[in-house]
Amino acid sequence: MIAVIDYGVGNLFSLCRSLEAIGQEPVVTGDPALLRRADKLFLPGVGAFADAAAKLRQTGLDQVIQEEVAKGKPILGICLGMQLLFEESHEFGTWQGLGLIPGKVVPMEGVIPAGYKIPHIGWNALHFPQGKRHPLLETVGEGACVYFVHSFYATDCDEAVIATAEYGPELTAAVAKGNVMGCQFHPEKSGDVGLAILKTFCEGSW
Amino acid sequence: MITKRIIPCLDVKNGRVVKGVNFEGLSDVNSPIELAEYYTKSGADELVFYDITASAEGRGLFTDILRETASRVFIPLTVGGGINTLEDFDRVLKCGADKVSVNSGAIRNPDLIRQAALRYGSQCVVLSADVKRVDGQFRVFGRGGRDDTGMEAIGWIKQCVDLGAGEIVVNSIDTDGVKGGFDLEMLAAVCDAVKVPVIASGGAGKVEDFTQLFQALPGVDAGLAASVFHFGEIAIPDLKATLRQKGILVR
Repeated sequence: MIAVIDYGVGNLFSLCRSLEAIGQEPVVTGDPALLRRADKLFLPGVGAFADAAAKLRQTGLDQVIQEEVAKGKPILGICLGMQLLFEESHEFGTWQGLGLIPGKVVPMEGVIPAGYKIPHIGWNALHFPQGKRHPLLETVGEGACVYFVHSFYATDCDEAVIATAEYGPELTAAVAKGNVMGCQFHPEKSGDVGLAILKTFCEGSW
Repeated sequence: MITKRIIPCLDVKNGRVVKGVNFEGLSDVNSPIELAEYYTKSGADELVFYDITASAEGRGLFTDILRETASRVFIPLTVGGGINTLEDFDRVLKCGADKVSVNSGAIRNPDLIRQAALRYGSQCVVLSADVKRVDGQFRVFGRGGRDDTGMEAIGWIKQCVDLGAGEIVVNSIDTDGVKGGFDLEMLAAVCDAVKVPVIASGGAGKVEDFTQLFQALPGVDAGLAASVFHFGEIAIPDLKATLRQKGILVR
């Protein structure tokens, strides 16, 4: 069973429909018992890091996620959900994340060159460190584009970076550390390229 | 580097596309769902659904087709038309819209933008501005371009960005329907004034109009059009091939 973690943040409609389109029957839930029974977890999220992190803590789901991940359960964080996997975020303050991947989330403001707009909105091509393709991205062709919407990005996480996108500097686009994976972009809004990534995660062994 | 977006706009009334078109492979030319799938396969980067329905019953049909489309098309969907309250935002977002565009609703109540950006995030709030030259000034028009609000357009757009609008659609009433190219002068003025993505609308007649748009104004992020795509005057794969040839990054 594939579970989409519902902690009251963001719109889960598109993610669920895209999972159905690749033959899955996702369960949307904030129930710890169900999440513990699930084979794989999705951590979605849009909006502010501080709110989302607070909601995970209030619901106690932060611990459930940490425990299940420690047991080896695969998790895929999407957009803010990916950012929450890190140790901390500097989005309007300093906030603690789930600490599943070393690194932090910082503003693009002041880092990206003038002429680049914030947020980074639109379709951008994925690049792979040293040209090496992580299994999660094995279906992604050279130069394939995915859809981004974000103003903050993950850094100091070099070892976990499996894809970047050029927006001035190369920004972290996808990360993986064992059974913990994340996409800064929205695979559920990235057409066939995105659906293939979701399918790889759902069907792969991690 | 981020690519330039090509965005077809579909006018929907009572759950049906207004002015259906006979593309090869479309069994129902007035079906928004079929047309959305067709455009997605052709390489559209995003779709705008514009609801021109007047009745509450028609709005129900609109949300039905939106839900169905969002279940089958996995690219960003923007919904506009008749968005006046946070409840309107909520209604279309729950049905799978990613962004909501406000126009007359924001003119009547600019605070709608602030409230919506607070609740759903700026990335979700698109300001659509119908702009026309009056007495040598860019002026904002409301109610589908019928009412001169008397407001200067660049100031209005800046105000909306300050309130939280995350993207701007600039529709030039002066070039709309003329098919003589986008309104480069007006768009340049908007690009100079704001730092959020700017989407050009009004005036596309041929492929070269898009080439000229992106070459002349690097600050423009996307080109939106309706009839030239619907009537097959521009095929999106051809458009993208030409843009690519001219060195403009597209998906």
